[in-house]
Amino acid sequence: MSETILEVRDIHKSFDGPGVLRGVSLEIREGEVVVIVGPSGCGKSTLLRCINGLETIDSGEIRLRGEVISGRTRDLHLVRQKIGMVFQSYDLFPHMKVMDNLQLGPVRALGRPKAEVEREALEMLERVGLRDKAQALPRTLSGGQKQRVALVRAMMMHPEILLLDEITAALDPEMVSEVLNVVIDLASGGMTMAIVTHEMRFAEAVADRVLFLEEGVILEEGSPEQFFHEPKTERARRFLQSFTYAARRNRDGIQPKNNPGD
Amino acid sequence: MQDLGISILFKGVNFQRLLMGLWVTLRLALITIGLSGVFGLVFGLLMLSKRKIPKIFCRCWLEIVRFMPQLVLLYIVYFGFARLFGWDLDGETSAVIVFTFWGTAEMGDLIRGALTSIPRHQTESAAALGLTKGRIYLHVLIPQTVRRLLPQAINLSTRIIKTTALVKMINVTEVLKVGQQIIGQFYRQPDAAFWVYFVIFLLYFLVCWPFSLLARHLESHWA
Ligand SMILES: Nc1ncnc2c1ncn2[C@@H]1O[C@H](COP(=O)(O)OP(=O)(O)OP(=O)(O)O)[C@@H](O)[C@H]1O
Ligand SMILES: [Mg+2]
Repeated sequence: MSETILEVRDIHKSFDGPGVLRGVSLEIREGEVVVIVGPSGCGKSTLLRCINGLETIDSGEIRLRGEVISGRTRDLHLVRQKIGMVFQSYDLFPHMKVMDNLQLGPVRALGRPKAEVEREALEMLERVGLRDKAQALPRTLSGGQKQRVALVRAMMMHPEILLLDEITAALDPEMVSEVLNVVIDLASGGMTMAIVTHEMRFAEAVADRVLFLEEGVILEEGSPEQFFHEPKTERARRFLQSFTYAARRNRDGIQPKNNPGD
Repeated sequence: MQDLGISILFKGVNFQRLLMGLWVTLRLALITIGLSGVFGLVFGLLMLSKRKIPKIFCRCWLEIVRFMPQLVLLYIVYFGFARLFGWDLDGETSAVIVFTFWGTAEMGDLIRGALTSIPRHQTESAAALGLTKGRIYLHVLIPQTVRRLLPQAINLSTRIIKTTALVKMINVTEVLKVGQQIIGQFYRQPDAAFWVYFVIFLLYFLVCWPFSLLARHLESHWA
């Protein structure tokens, strides 16, 4: 069995009000893709942000390859070099060309030679179909293109694990699949990932394991087949139902309308 | 026949005197702008610091600068400091002190505004790449701040250039003062005043216009 990359043990986190994370534990092994789903506000983003130290945890422990990474302040940047993260909002650096966005981390944080990094960046851009955009400024890219670049930028650090927080939530529907296909490609390449998403069909396709988070606790955990088709808890069942639509009954007799506002 | 008023400008060294006066204006403004930029950066960072004392200190400073007419400040430093502390500051030094006091606060506030206008996600995604705090500032926050700041800073600079006209009140012979001296010499020439001030207007325009063109260019270029 492959090595454990990430281990989260009984973490608690609250802001001002009641606990947002109330004893979350999980383990992710090398090459595994774990998808975290749950209703809005249940703490998914907070969980990912705690993992890479953007939020501090109140109690519990987080380990990366056995090394405790929670509760650190001084060398947090060294920890983050091993954890890639892509957010929902387009967070490319707007004053830098795509290539400079991709080089910043490897060159300035890891101290790798620029020429070598550039070669690798071009290969990666090729893989996501954006090689011709290397010299473009982010504002000239579409949302889908930006998120693909953001994925490449995170991958350029060769992270141990990649955290994706609803990276398609702000995209126009027709751009979602071009981004998710890149994620599936990365997963097939053996990348270890923790993915938060509301795209259930994508979740089912990409996940090795699904976690259902609700009100700060993991309520259910299972394989995608099991979770999406035979959820164990009533809460999960209701959550999944919110993504389906009741078919219209009595279709007969209803005239199709061409009313765009309808 | 009486000469046209404008011709007095070309009598003797009058025009050169005006240009010398303009140079005094510019020198004063440039020193002030340079110092305000340097101190303003510190000021802006202090305003953003988490500690209370420097924050309150900066707020008070900014308020004073906002409600005190620059002329009053000039008088306080030029006349008041001499009486109070026995410092006999010359006009130009007093002016640099006062305008830098003012410019630092205004520039600092612009820098604070520019820094806070950058979305939090910029810092976070730079942090997620494993960059140190210093590098996040150097490569991500400062370049974006400068882009937002520069047009406004240029506008402040033209305001500083214009405001230096006040120093004639504390006996600095800048362009306006020179103009008045020339007018005084040609008091028989009734339209002298108009032409002298008109030329001064043109001189100010020629100095400030390129700045505002630059500001507009940068604004559209970086938008
Ligand atoms: N910085 C913060 N300060 C205070 N409260 C916060 C902060 N960040 C998150 N919260 C609160 O914590 C709870 C969980 O937020 P979180 O963003 O983790 O939810 P989420 O599961 O990612 O939701 P969504 O699906 O809408 O993104 C919410 O109630 C939110 O208001
Ligand atoms: Mg979220």
